[in-house]
Amino acid sequence: MSAPFPFSAIVGQDEMKLALMIAAVDPGIGGVLVFGDRGTGKSTTVRALAALLPKMRVVTGCRYGCDPEAADDLCDECRERSRGGELKSRLRPVPVVDLPLGATEDRVVGALDLELALTRGEKAFEPGLLARAHRGFLYIDEVNLLEDHLVDLLLDVAASGENVVEREGLSVRHPARFVLIGSGNPEEGELRPQLLDRFGLSVEVRTPVEISDRIEVIRRRDEYERHPAEFVKRWKSRDGRLRTRIRKARERIDAVLIPDEILEQAARLCIALGTDGLRGELTLIRGARAVAALEGAEEVTLAQLREVAGPSLSHRLRRNPLDESASAVRVERAVEEVFGS
Amino acid sequence: MSAAWIDGVRAACLFATDPAGLGGVCVRAHAGPVRDAWLTLLRGLLPDAAPFRRVPVHVTEGRLLGGLDLAATLGQGRPVAECGLLAEADGGVLLLSSAERVDRTTIACVTAALDSRAVVVERDGVTARQPARFGVVALDEGLDSDETTAAALLDRLAFLLDLTSLSYRDTGETVGYACAAAVSEARDRLGEVEVGEDIVEALCGAAFALGIDSLRPSMMAVRAARAIAALAGRTEVGEEDAAAAARLVLAPRATRFPEADAGEDSETESPQPEPAPDDERSEGTPDGPLADQVLEAARAALPPALLDALLAGGAAIRTGSSGKAGEMRVSRLRGRPAGVRAGQPRDGARLNVIETLRSAAPWQRLRGRAVGDRSARVEVRSQDFRVTRFRERTETTSIFVVDASGSAAMHRLAEAKGAVELLLADCYVRRDRVALIAFRGAGAELLLPPTRSLVRARRNLARLPGGGGTPLAAAIDSSIAIAEAARRRGETPLVVFLTDGRANVGRDGIGGRTQARDDALRAARALRIAGCSALVIDTAPRTRPEAEELADAMGARFLRLPRADAAALSAAVRTQAPRTGGDTHAAA
Repeated sequence: MSAPFPFSAIVGQDEMKLALMIAAVDPGIGGVLVFGDRGTGKSTTVRALAALLPKMRVVTGCRYGCDPEAADDLCDECRERSRGGELKSRLRPVPVVDLPLGATEDRVVGALDLELALTRGEKAFEPGLLARAHRGFLYIDEVNLLEDHLVDLLLDVAASGENVVEREGLSVRHPARFVLIGSGNPEEGELRPQLLDRFGLSVEVRTPVEISDRIEVIRRRDEYERHPAEFVKRWKSRDGRLRTRIRKARERIDAVLIPDEILEQAARLCIALGTDGLRGELTLIRGARAVAALEGAEEVTLAQLREVAGPSLSHRLRRNPLDESASAVRVERAVEEVFGS
Repeated sequence: MSAAWIDGVRAACLFATDPAGLGGVCVRAHAGPVRDAWLTLLRGLLPDAAPFRRVPVHVTEGRLLGGLDLAATLGQGRPVAECGLLAEADGGVLLLSSAERVDRTTIACVTAALDSRAVVVERDGVTARQPARFGVVALDEGLDSDETTAAALLDRLAFLLDLTSLSYRDTGETVGYACAAAVSEARDRLGEVEVGEDIVEALCGAAFALGIDSLRPSMMAVRAARAIAALAGRTEVGEEDAAAAARLVLAPRATRFPEADAGEDSETESPQPEPAPDDERSEGTPDGPLADQVLEAARAALPPALLDALLAGGAAIRTGSSGKAGEMRVSRLRGRPAGVRAGQPRDGARLNVIETLRSAAPWQRLRGRAVGDRSARVEVRSQDFRVTRFRERTETTSIFVVDASGSAAMHRLAEAKGAVELLLADCYVRRDRVALIAFRGAGAELLLPPTRSLVRARRNLARLPGGGGTPLAAAIDSSIAIAEAARRRGETPLVVFLTDGRANVGRDGIGGRTQARDDALRAARALRIAGCSALVIDTAPRTRPEAEELADAMGARFLRLPRADAAALSAAVRTQAPRTGGDTHAAA
């Protein structure tokens, strides 16, 4: 497989890029939903993210990619290993796992290893995609075409951080913490409202309307397809800078302060918009903190709150599903009212 | 001399030059000699070794993507993967027959393979990634504008050909480079062809001016220009190559005339020109707060679960006609798989091989199979059998038929719109498909072919102008056509009429109240015979018998949209509720 399209070479789509970077800095944000027109580079951007992320340390030989630092979040096998002393570890790229269409449940959650069972009569667990995505990203293109029971299952695991398999006489549980990224085109069917709320951030992508942007997109794409190696090399340093920024932001995020008045403003915004539950507020604060960390700031200010208000709240508004006045506009209006312009 | 055929020949040559890069060709034509001639031509231009795989309309996901090879697995006693159609088409062409009827899951699998140029399989215990660099030929046999190939697929195909109007005589002509040798030469040269910045700019500009929102067609146009230059023996794309590419790739997708103001049309989606704005204003679609108020009033006018109730009652309304009853029957074979359970594969239940093997596998040693004995067959006992459960496909298509004639527009068009919106919200919850027909003047017009995008439905509804006669018969006829088409796709149609029932334009488009009424009642009976569930919502300001008569003739449920007064409306809903809200179990 050739190298993916460089993240920094993607023209425009700043909101989508920011949302993905927030998820990279704070995986607990709860998933990103990217909805938008055809041919806007949704898939390209998500796949580009894979190459951008700094490598992570995993326990050598662990099938689930456990983190050797997190002692209380190990799989059973690693816990066994750690009793024997220090865990050996190695560096590995952060997984960005594609959930292909037509995937069956057994491959997603994992199932009995058929080969071992048939040839040796052994009952062994063969981990599925959820295990592979642990500590990384799980990407579902055309999320609105996925079978409902699979979507429910994925959101459930994403929320609990643990995959519990009870099938074929197997009883396995292993950690599966991943950021769920869904993309889709609303013209091919809406996503159930219950599911919308489960995604932390939601961004809408549109085709660039500036002709110069459009030309730039085509030009870069064409170049990438004709000379992929050279193209990737040319953007390498820019991607590298972004990678450093993400790494530094991750180190810094716990130290970022959230002043009380910011908490209050966030609460006021949520009340003004009438969002249900606290999930929106929490996402708003976490998102703003991640942006502050990315910007190298020491505490969260209104500017960062303003930046993430749209992505973290627009899909949580209680609304008439047919109400066309885009919810992003409503959020913007409320931001103006509450924060002042 | 036929320009359409020559374009077809050009497209075939270009496509054969770079099948994977150009995505493919959508050929809209009837099955017949013209299409066969085109396919023969294309086959001749491709290398002999290139695979040419045909995908039948009702291909299973397993065959398309690949999975477990059952015979080999059982024979060898270990899982053996099988190649799917997509992977088999690698390096060649994938032929989609009856592309307009292929379901969206299949389309999504094909488009995913087109995008990544590989097939990723995660199913039935098989994990694989196989190369799949192919081009698609979508054979579209749709007759009307409501039957077209999925937009998601068309977006990824460079050429959209329409050969419907050609006769076999036209197919004799050809162009100079339409031979395998020239195409093969061009294929080798393709990598060297340079495209200047100005060409890319020109093509992007053209796509933008034509109102093509997606960026993929622009990309396709650049690639097509490169292929044209390669075919002509050049290593640099010239202006005439770009012009030809724009004509072949971009022109068929235009959504507006290039001279139109760029800002204004940015949300136009259909190729039809917008109705004249003065038409819209004067005929009674008040915008602004007033429209909102009326809409708000109409909101209360309909019981929330009306559609559910109607669907449940639909079976009763349907007269004892036997042939169509099958669509409601619980099926063991059709629909989407919904889990697996232990059971015997009889009565037509489908054995799930992989799960059966899985449940048999742990017991092999106990059943006396020697360890490591690869020759032995897998021993499967009857308690291992697992059968797949299918969820019955009872997707509903709600067809809204809105009276936009003068008599309706005067009083109630805005309210009718409000009522439809309310019902649309119902559809949204149940993920139905909706279609929208409006009738006024001389005939009925399909504003929105069946779609799941309710945003589009709402937008088209808001744009609907009013005024003119009431061609009720034509409206009923076209609703029957849409309903039948929906049923052919395995969906359950439901027709909702919003009218005062006062027909005054006959089937032939000529005015005359008596004739028009007879025609309308005849059409209504045809709807009943077709066995569609229907609902008539009377929008007349005063109680009149026409709409009720119409509902009787259709065997439809009848509901009066009361005068726009919130209290009276909700009262009407309450009295209506027992009748419509009795049995509300929705077909899941």
